[in-house]
Amino acid sequence: MIDFSILIDHWDMYLEGFGNTLKASLLALIGSFVLGTIFAIFRISPIRPLNWIGAAFVEFIRNIPLILVVFLFFVGLPAIGIVLNPFLAGTMGLTVYTAAFIAETIRAGIQAVPKGQTEAARSSGLTYLQTMRYVILPQAIKVVIPPMGNQFINLVKNSSVLGVIAGLDLMYFGDLIAADTFVTFDVYIFVGLFYLILTLPLSSFVSYLERRLAKGR
Amino acid sequence: MISFHQVNKHYGNFHVLRNIDLHINQGEVVVVIGPSGSGKSTMVRCINRLETVTSGELVVDNVQVNDKNTDINKLRRNIGMVFQHFNLYPHKTVLENITLAPVKVLGVSQKEADETALYYLEKVGIPEKADMYPTQLSGGQQQRVAIARGLAMRPKIMLFDEPTSALDPETIGEVLDVMKKLAQEGMTMVVVTHEMGFAREVADRIVFMDQGRILEEATPEQFFANPSEERARLFLSRILNH
Repeated sequence: MIDFSILIDHWDMYLEGFGNTLKASLLALIGSFVLGTIFAIFRISPIRPLNWIGAAFVEFIRNIPLILVVFLFFVGLPAIGIVLNPFLAGTMGLTVYTAAFIAETIRAGIQAVPKGQTEAARSSGLTYLQTMRYVILPQAIKVVIPPMGNQFINLVKNSSVLGVIAGLDLMYFGDLIAADTFVTFDVYIFVGLFYLILTLPLSSFVSYLERRLAKGR
Repeated sequence: MISFHQVNKHYGNFHVLRNIDLHINQGEVVVVIGPSGSGKSTMVRCINRLETVTSGELVVDNVQVNDKNTDINKLRRNIGMVFQHFNLYPHKTVLENITLAPVKVLGVSQKEADETALYYLEKVGIPEKADMYPTQLSGGQQQRVAIARGLAMRPKIMLFDEPTSALDPETIGEVLDVMKKLAQEGMTMVVVTHEMGFAREVADRIVFMDQGRILEEATPEQFFANPSEERARLFLSRILNH
């Protein structure tokens, strides 16, 4: 049987870890969305050097392990004199890592909109930006929502990387409690349940958005 | 109104348009015909710079189309375009499709744009579809919305790039009828089409193209009765005798 006394005795630690995981996830979600959108625009922009910067960022970041990206912020930045606390370094690593995937998702969504849409809009006199805003992006967003939801769910789970660098998240406190009690299995079951509290609602929110957008045609 | 002078276009090594010379006057209806891959669509798409030309001069409404200093968005306001695949915005209603450009480009108020849109929907015969989405309409209805969308900008020129090629035979007529009416009202029109009946009845002039060249320019009477070019004769015999 699962020993609930572990949960009750260490409630404060679980709660602090949960709060920090939630905080890291929210910050990284917003940050990676903004950063990812910027790099997606770089990749499709008509300006060549921006394409290169966008491509370099995406290919470099998404092809190395998340933990290395986090180390870049945790041990790399101090090497050049910028010292961040583990929570911040971990969250920034998570943000940058996820942004690479978000950028690809958004780019693919924009390019999935048929070329004729751009031609119709531009030939009626709309500018490039107006075309993006009123014609292309509203259609791209429908294509992008399901894969974007996956990225955000992954992000929440990937935030457990903070545990490795003492980032005070759920995983970190889970490890602490396990080391404290020598009860490993039960401790991590509760850790898993706390992650589900975040990911399940996120998952059903994405499904809801998907259904709503499908109706709007 | 539209004037090509020694216009050439290359796609890499492929020479799409060769020494095009063509002058289209205000109010004229010019129908461009020819086999697939002859450069008809490309030529028409050069007029509003959906395609750029490699060399030569193209003047539309007294503006050099390919000049770097040309405000292309301003020129495009005066040129409506209808595509083979309609290219209506699927996330917008019929009314929103028609009013987007007038509101965002011309700065017309939404109310005025709605009234104009309804006027043109009436004109193309489907005012009752204003609040529907494009996917709820038949192909012919969608193409008529696309025409109304072009007209709502009150353009000086309307370009039609194979407007009936994607339609099922039953709905071709309703689109051609709208185009005929437009021609009679004096709109300057350039039409790429395989509809020979329309060409014969409505065109002021037929332009026949093959392999990137204009091989023949003639009135419909001349062209259909007695084309001077062998290639045109062959083309006509193939499409008229089946």
